[in-house]
Amino acid sequence: MAESALTEAVYYILLSLTEPLHGYGIMQKAESLSGGRVRLAAGTLYGALSNLTERGWIESAPDENGAEPRGREARRHAYRITPRGLEILRGEVKRLGELYENGLLILGKADADM
Amino acid sequence: MRKTIKKLFWAWDFDKEEAWLNEMAAKGLAMVSYGFCRYEFEETEPGEYRIAMELLPHALNHPESEQYLRFLEETGIELVGSWMRWIYVRKKTDGGEFELLSDRKSKVEHLVRILILVGLVGGLNLYSGFYNFFIWTQFHNGISVFASCIGFALALLATFGAVRLGIKAYRIARERGIYED
Repeated sequence: MAESALTEAVYYILLSLTEPLHGYGIMQKAESLSGGRVRLAAGTLYGALSNLTERGWIESAPDENGAEPRGREARRHAYRITPRGLEILRGEVKRLGELYENGLLILGKADADM
Repeated sequence: MRKTIKKLFWAWDFDKEEAWLNEMAAKGLAMVSYGFCRYEFEETEPGEYRIAMELLPHALNHPESEQYLRFLEETGIELVGSWMRWIYVRKKTDGGEFELLSDRKSKVEHLVRILILVGLVGGLNLYSGFYNFFIWTQFHNGISVFASCIGFALALLATFGAVRLGIKAYRIARERGIYED
């Protein structure tokens, strides 16, 4: 369900995959997007990629030569987000916006009262 | 120059084993191979490598494991040793922490995987304990009493290990009610 909160790892994976990337590229992008805070461990990333592929939120992208990855070469394959994944991601951004706005609303007000 | 050290760690203390291997790596001895309780190290720059361990869900030659290891390789992680389904990997230090599993869900799943393995070994030993005890009641032979005691002792040890793992998994699982990952 899109209404449930995504884990930070899943959120950054989906965000990274708005362009096709290999596993290592996802790790680098998540780290740079978060200013070095989010460091996806390789095992965790591997599990999340399999899980997201099974759900159809991401898919294998053709490699640089435009060929579909096959057999042993499959390890070099890149991933990209699917329309379903993008829909989930948009829902999550909206939800995070709500969390953020409410935080400012309450804490901002309390801080102003002090 | 290479150096070999013999040392025994129980499966439920794999985090201590990992910590020890990282201490060695920090001193400039990076693990290059593993045999049963036998670690081989090579001299490197102090802190050049970080080490991690994992119990895989499948055998090492299973296609799933092969695919996983290739994925790790792609991210700069090198397999240096294995024992049954356990893998030892190393990565060049890049300033930050090195772990294979960074989220609580995978950590709990990993601990439960080890717990099941330890439980299985414990169960087999318990069976062996009772079986040999039964033999002894029939034939009153010394060797059966001995085998029965060994079986029960190992089953007890495995129970201790399983409890340790269970506590570790429970502590992490409880945090999951608070944190998203």
